[in-house]
Amino acid sequence: MSAPTLTAAVTGAGGVRALYRGNARAVLGRGLLAARSSTWVVVVSGFFEPVFFLLAMGVGLGTYIGDVTLPSGRAIAYAAYIAPALLAVSAMNGAVYDSTWNVFFKMHFGKLYQAMMATSLGPLDVALGEIGYALLRGVVYATGFLTVMQVMGLNLSWTAVLTLPAVLLIAFGFASLGMAITSYMSTFQQMDWIQFVLLPMFLFSATFFPLTVYPEPIQWLIQALPLWHAVELIRGLTTGELTGGTAGHVAYYLAMAAVGVVVTTRRLRSLFLD
Amino acid sequence: MPAPVITATGLTKHYGDLVAVAGIDLEVAPGESFGLLGPNGAGKSTTMRMIGAVSTRTGGDLQVLGLDPDTHGPEIRSQLGVVPQEDNLDTELRVRDNLIVYGRYFGIPRAVCARRADELLAFAQLEDKARSKVDDLSGGMKRRLTIARALVNEPRVLMLDEPTTGLDPQARHVLWDRLFRLKERGTTLVLTTHYMDEAEQLCDRLVVVDQGRIMAEGSPAQLIREHSSREVVELRFGSQRNQAAAERIAGLGDRIETLPDRVLVYAADGEAVVEQVSRLGLHPTTSLVRRSSLEDVFLRLTGRSLIE
Amino acid sequence: MSVEQTTRDDATLAALAGAVRPRRFGALYVAEHQLRAMRAYGWTIVIGGLGQPLLYLLGLGLGLASFLDAPVGFGPDGPVPYVTFVAPALLVTATISVTTEEFTYTVMSGFKWRRVFWGMNASPLAPGQVATGLVLAVAVRMAFVAVAYTALIAAFGAVGHLWSVAVLPLLGLLGGMAFGLPLLAYSAGLRDDAGQFAAVQRFVFTPMFLFSGTFYPLATLPTWLHWIGWVSPLWHASELGRAVSYAQPMSGATVAVHLGVLVALAAGGWVLARRVFVGRMHG
Ligand SMILES: Nc1ncnc2c1ncn2[C@@H]1O[C@H](COP(=O)(O)OP(=O)(O)O)[C@@H](O)[C@H]1O
Ligand SMILES: [Mg+2]
Repeated sequence: MSAPTLTAAVTGAGGVRALYRGNARAVLGRGLLAARSSTWVVVVSGFFEPVFFLLAMGVGLGTYIGDVTLPSGRAIAYAAYIAPALLAVSAMNGAVYDSTWNVFFKMHFGKLYQAMMATSLGPLDVALGEIGYALLRGVVYATGFLTVMQVMGLNLSWTAVLTLPAVLLIAFGFASLGMAITSYMSTFQQMDWIQFVLLPMFLFSATFFPLTVYPEPIQWLIQALPLWHAVELIRGLTTGELTGGTAGHVAYYLAMAAVGVVVTTRRLRSLFLD
Repeated sequence: MPAPVITATGLTKHYGDLVAVAGIDLEVAPGESFGLLGPNGAGKSTTMRMIGAVSTRTGGDLQVLGLDPDTHGPEIRSQLGVVPQEDNLDTELRVRDNLIVYGRYFGIPRAVCARRADELLAFAQLEDKARSKVDDLSGGMKRRLTIARALVNEPRVLMLDEPTTGLDPQARHVLWDRLFRLKERGTTLVLTTHYMDEAEQLCDRLVVVDQGRIMAEGSPAQLIREHSSREVVELRFGSQRNQAAAERIAGLGDRIETLPDRVLVYAADGEAVVEQVSRLGLHPTTSLVRRSSLEDVFLRLTGRSLIE
Repeated sequence: MSVEQTTRDDATLAALAGAVRPRRFGALYVAEHQLRAMRAYGWTIVIGGLGQPLLYLLGLGLGLASFLDAPVGFGPDGPVPYVTFVAPALLVTATISVTTEEFTYTVMSGFKWRRVFWGMNASPLAPGQVATGLVLAVAVRMAFVAVAYTALIAAFGAVGHLWSVAVLPLLGLLGGMAFGLPLLAYSAGLRDDAGQFAAVQRFVFTPMFLFSGTFYPLATLPTWLHWIGWVSPLWHASELGRAVSYAQPMSGATVAVHLGVLVALAAGGWVLARRVFVGRMHG
């Protein structure tokens, strides 16, 4: 999926050159430079947060829970059950943070984007550059977390290696959608509402316990939300239980990313170029 | 004779090893418009903060309205209006609410605050901005709003720290006009500035401050008379040649200052100097005769120019 | 040269009169202002204050509980439902998380971004009053959160004794301040936020939330991690909450230690915070 052709479909071929100059790299590079001079604790904490959760919930609480039975009938340790979910959650949180708060600040306070728009960069360069930076960070964290899982013996199948591309896809989906939503936000208060969506997804998307506790209509609702697909996708890969559903989850994220990029592009165009 | 509003003797302020104010004496009478003129880092803001009872002095004596800031901070501040160097308007409140909320800090009843807010908005020429957000105001408007806010407690002394720094010329003139009206009404003004024209416009009396010390004191006219000549000739020979030219015209006028970009000749009659220069066979790229200003006073006193 | 010896002219008298009300009520003026400022995000506070407990109680208290093989909390008459066990800890977590916002970014904003504290400083208000006013306003927000949480806990039937709902909000407030006031002292001393607040959130708040016996007794953790509970206001307040809610067995001495630690943290933080405010505003 190449961005220029996608935007051509949305905005008409004439608009693409104004939007995209094929230089998202410059924006990504700036992100990396800025990360180098930003505080290391913040960068490092993205790795530690899921590890803390894994130790406290998976190991600590696991002593009261014992094994969890997967739909296939196989029973696995509680830590092995929630570890992939925590990986999915951290991919979501990282991508959402980078594409919402981070972008919001630069848009409204740092005036960074205005400065970038005054150069030969187009809005889509900026969007893709920022998303690319978010993805890069996400993959670094995921690699770290997977290593921890490996050491703790929580990767139950060789397919766990495939979680890296899966995390990329998930992060791309959340980042592009997050950026699209942020482009409509104008106050801090509105930004807080994003949190209100993330928290229930975090608690209920089969992260800490299977969906079977809920009545069916609620199960459907949760299955419509993105985090559940991410959790199931990654859990399938780390446990090696791949089903037809796995392809469905991938398709869900491809669609989500496409919608996100299309909307973001339209919005950036109207925000910066009209 | 009414008691002075502010009396300082040997006032000092140290920040660790750094001496920000190195023993200054000053006295401000009621109704007077008093200025502190000096370059960045001279210690003007520090002095203002000590007078405003928000910075504890390291040494010396200080009385404001007959009270010691160390023990009577709230009392003193209740009678001051403060316009800080850096605006600190509440950007989450609208323009009019900024005045009302600020009045509440003085314990003024809300209804009184509201009435004064309307009067002050009129005074600051901001009536049609009453419901605007602070961030939507221009720099000059923000400054006028800060002044209006400082007046909400009907202060006896208005303290202005660099009131027009960063404003464009037109906004400065609007602001000066407002301050002039306050002066006419008898409000005591204490202001700092590093602009001579501002000091000349607004101050009855001023002190020239440098490196935490007072270098001279008097009215603008007095200072110019005592420390400079009536006129100044500014000659530019091109940056490479100023030094050489200065040596050749040595002896002209009362005194000569050589700056990197120009040569200044102090004299009672500027035109006469210009003629003498050309008679010496020198042809400056530009020559300008102007009245002597506080800039020249500062240069004379410190050997440095005021705005680098 | 004392004031008393010179004759006081009317300016001096006006000054003496002008500071009477600010000296007495100054902290309330500041609290009023801070609460007004909170109205800008009032809906966030209300929805967050009600929604978050609802989600946590549903998700952890009920959802997760149905997968537990062994009971986690015990009252004098045997096991108590899991939701009853976690409820006090979740309540204190909520009041504490108010402070990770109000005693960090709000303080930095007052000193640096919006600079409203400097405006207050030039008025008759004293630095200590600015600190007090801020704390009062945050206490109001915390009280709202604590009362809403307690009401939901009661609605879930997640208390042992119903009368304990009168005490739980107070414990929430105490726990919140025991964590918050030292944090306030820290924040007020910062000139700039170069990631310190995010670090507090992720390396202090989150580990504390996870390892303070919130989801299971502290004893479940390996011994070398118990110190986290001992220094954690969340653990001390949660334990007291459990003792109040369902009479989790606890000796009088233990109660005294829990209370003592919480009060000491809050009082120490408070004294320190005021000192930092004074130093910074009148230095
Ligand atoms: N809070 C402070 N801590 C340390 N040094 C300070 C502080 N405030 C001012 N200074 C120093 O004191 C000197 C005088 O500063 P200031 O009074 O702001 O000068 P001015 O207002 O004339 O530009 C400067 O060198 C400045 O760096
Ligand atoms: Mg200054």
